[in-house]
Amino acid sequence: MSTLAPPRPGAARPDKSPPVEVKRWVPSSRWAWALGVVVLWVVIWALTKGNDTLALAGRERTGVHDALAEFRDSVIASRADNPLIQLTYEIGSWFTSVVDWLQRMVSVENFPRPVPEIGWLGVTAVAVWIGLAVAGWRIALLVAASFLSFGIFGYWSDAVDLLIVTFVAVAIAVLVGMPLAVLMGTGNRAVNAVMTTILDVFQTIPTFVFLAPIALFFGIGASGAVVATLLYALPPIIRVAGHGIRTVSATTIEATDSAGQTRWQRLTKVQLPMARKTIVVGLNQTTLAALSMATIAAFVDGPGLGQPVLDFLKTVNVGGAFVPGALIVVIAVMLDRTTTAASEYGERAARGGVDRKRRRIMLAVAGVPVLVCLYLSRTYSWAAEFGDSTWGPRLADAVNEFFGWFTDTFRDLTQGFKDAISTVLLNPLESLLAESPWWLAAGALLLLAFVLGGFRAAVPTLVCVAGLLYFGLWNHAMITLTMTLVGTVLVMALALVFGVWMARSPKVDLALRPLLDAGQTIPPFVYLIPVLALFGPTRFTAIVAGVVYAAPVAIKLVADGVKAVSPTTLEATRSTGSTTWQEVTKVQLPMARGSLVLAANQGLLYVLAMAVIGGLVGAGGLGYDVVLGFARSEEWGFGAAAGLSIVLLGIMVDRIARGAAQKTSR
Amino acid sequence: MTIMSERVEETAVDEREPALSVRNLWKIFGPRADKIIGTPDADLPRAELKRKTGCVAGVKDVSFDVAPGEVFVVMGLSGSGKSTLVRCLTRLIEPTAGTIRMDGVDVTTASEAELRDLRRKQVSMVFQHFGLLPHRQVIDNVAYGLEIRGVGKKERRAKAAEIVSLVGLDGFEHSYPDQLSGGMQQRVGLARALAGDPDILLFDEPFSALDPLIRRDMQNEVIRLHRELGKTMVFITHDLQEALKLGDRILIMRDGEIVQIGAPDEVVGAPADDYVRDFVSEVPRSHVLTLKWVMRAPRPDDSMDGPVMSCDTIVRQAAKAALASEHPVRVVDSQERVIGIVDDDAILRVVVAEEDHA
Repeated sequence: MSTLAPPRPGAARPDKSPPVEVKRWVPSSRWAWALGVVVLWVVIWALTKGNDTLALAGRERTGVHDALAEFRDSVIASRADNPLIQLTYEIGSWFTSVVDWLQRMVSVENFPRPVPEIGWLGVTAVAVWIGLAVAGWRIALLVAASFLSFGIFGYWSDAVDLLIVTFVAVAIAVLVGMPLAVLMGTGNRAVNAVMTTILDVFQTIPTFVFLAPIALFFGIGASGAVVATLLYALPPIIRVAGHGIRTVSATTIEATDSAGQTRWQRLTKVQLPMARKTIVVGLNQTTLAALSMATIAAFVDGPGLGQPVLDFLKTVNVGGAFVPGALIVVIAVMLDRTTTAASEYGERAARGGVDRKRRRIMLAVAGVPVLVCLYLSRTYSWAAEFGDSTWGPRLADAVNEFFGWFTDTFRDLTQGFKDAISTVLLNPLESLLAESPWWLAAGALLLLAFVLGGFRAAVPTLVCVAGLLYFGLWNHAMITLTMTLVGTVLVMALALVFGVWMARSPKVDLALRPLLDAGQTIPPFVYLIPVLALFGPTRFTAIVAGVVYAAPVAIKLVADGVKAVSPTTLEATRSTGSTTWQEVTKVQLPMARGSLVLAANQGLLYVLAMAVIGGLVGAGGLGYDVVLGFARSEEWGFGAAAGLSIVLLGIMVDRIARGAAQKTSR
Repeated sequence: MTIMSERVEETAVDEREPALSVRNLWKIFGPRADKIIGTPDADLPRAELKRKTGCVAGVKDVSFDVAPGEVFVVMGLSGSGKSTLVRCLTRLIEPTAGTIRMDGVDVTTASEAELRDLRRKQVSMVFQHFGLLPHRQVIDNVAYGLEIRGVGKKERRAKAAEIVSLVGLDGFEHSYPDQLSGGMQQRVGLARALAGDPDILLFDEPFSALDPLIRRDMQNEVIRLHRELGKTMVFITHDLQEALKLGDRILIMRDGEIVQIGAPDEVVGAPADDYVRDFVSEVPRSHVLTLKWVMRAPRPDDSMDGPVMSCDTIVRQAAKAALASEHPVRVVDSQERVIGIVDDDAILRVVVAEEDHA
């Protein structure tokens, strides 16, 4: 490859040793080849544009779509006699009854009572007491404020329902996930590789796509919501806890093995206690993943705050959606802070930093008012049901007013930004991807995958491209791909600027990191609300929401990568008299390129997930097709094909980015 | 070499059964490693074996005995296979071939339960990087071995407290490992190994991670404990000074093979080959060699008025008295027979020769 590259001035100089030249040449020639492929693509596109794009006319459906619809019908028809379907429905109805029972206990009326068994005062008191017990009084205050805000803004039942679905799913995810994490943490390399691959694929699937097949097998409502949430929440705990168990110091394991412990003793006395911190991190991620899926499960009629958000989004009532959306953020912050603080508190308690006797007495004393509140909430209606409050609608109106004023005042700015990105990036790229003949776009993607990632990227790409063609939504897939790529470019621009800034200035890092951490805990669904207010229901909204959603993780990855560059190297560069710009572009960024590629990979997947949800607010592409599948029964097959196409698209971009990353880091 | 064979005879004369006996031990890492032993490939140097079969020989055909109460040091540079060897002894690494017997038990054929029992009661190990449990207090780290045997909490804590005090950690029972210095952490490691009252202690470079002063303290600690408790010890190190200081006998390893086994003075006085000679060249010889290494045969005209000293006296200890006397030293064996003469020249040769080195 290096022989084909144009000669560089440095190559002629004899004092440079050849191996260095070759090594330096590999990445740049790779990108040069990629550029060549793109140029060739543009040339052929100019000649053939608009032919064979495989765009479907409005109601046109392919045989595959019909076959999928038939499959759906056959599943529904076989509910009576197919044992597998019966089993899944059985599981689903069991979940429904668990959720239903919990709802009657704490959130909806338990007939013949006009109110739940335990009213809001009792539920809040118990939650606060739990916060106090696991994480101290600060968290107890946070929990109290959160629960009160549910009632004050008029979404008590929805908020508590969302918590119920989340907790049921997390409980089962831990029960199922921990043994798998142990298997992954203690199993041999083959077990580990198989599980990692499965988890990788799982995590490239956007949340939205889970829902249709799950609703088919487990039913809609609470059952579908719990199953989808459970499946989405499982990978983090398996992956993170498994990693924690696997990375327990080998010396300690050897030392304790040499004392003659059994395998069970090794697990319970050494591996699990030493991995405790990491396991709690996994639990935290699992909880937040569960919350975000439980929100989106509103699409399959799952109970909770997602439903009012969805209803308001459908009518583009930003203020209305803002209130339940903000409460979802409140829940996210509450859960995140509580799990994190509980872990720190537990650590302190385990090391003797907490006076156990005093703590027990304090909890017992605090239990008295809790019991009183429970009694009150079962006896008096004021303590059982939140009175009607006008805070919710008033806040919604205020938000609507604000955004009305904001968009009026800054219309030129938002519109200008939107137009600029559209003209410079979005339209040309969409034109290239979606108006190329399918064979051209497919060929170019394959070549790019090969050039950037070698066979390890090209083979999965071939499979995915074939799959996309098979499912008959090629054109829409290209539109979604365009949105994803544009979003990723914007994400990377943000990540580079803020990441480098954070890495170079501890002050900026200190100021931004909590914001980014908070940003990562918010379910993606919620991001749509403010962006929708700014840019209206268009594909652009989906892209910007995707950028906002993906930016925190990408910025953090870049910042950490740049920060990890050895200070000695940096010092050496400085001592040769580099400018700051040279320092960044010649040392820090090249040395952090592994993190950059990883950030791009994560950015792609996050933006893709959002581009799909954006179907709800007029983003078009595959996301819209999925929403259509939800909305109309006769379009189920079409929506399912779109969902599968999204999965393929996700795997494809992930594999190409990963392949490029592996080649780059070598 | 004659001296070495004498030594072997001496050990053979010892009527007690050896505490540890290793015969033809092999450890080869890699695919189908067991097929290599017994073929000509087994004799290949490491690099060639790796190239030809993809396997790496960690331990090659090693045999030795350790007497009860002996401190047996295995010394070698990194990659010599010494750490692999010590792990094979309790099958933390599964040996490829050979037999290991400890107090009459065949370790190599022991079932998993028997092996566990052996590790719990007969032999324990101290590690270079301590391997302590960070989530447990010192006392519970020390009691860990007793805990997994099923000893009750009260009893095991009482026993652990005793051992903690034995290794000089009084007052730190309830500290956590990360609150202790490296030297103190290794004292915890030592206490943990002693808590189960094993017959044999294995040390895998226990003091390599410590700074020199602490290392010296810890070496003295081991010497003290050995004197008080009389345990059999197998001690791995890459530090020749440490080996000479602690070892009753030293096994020098290179590329998985035994180069020499002998007492400290034998290793210094009669190195088996250039490798060992090079190794010991910097050693202050007067600190290690005994009079028998510097004496000459008595002649009829030798004065019989000089001081009498045992042939096992170290040169440095004999030097002052020998130089002070006008007559040469008469060296006697254990039966009080005069077996040699050491004059001032002989003493000075050892002392001055090493000053040349310096």
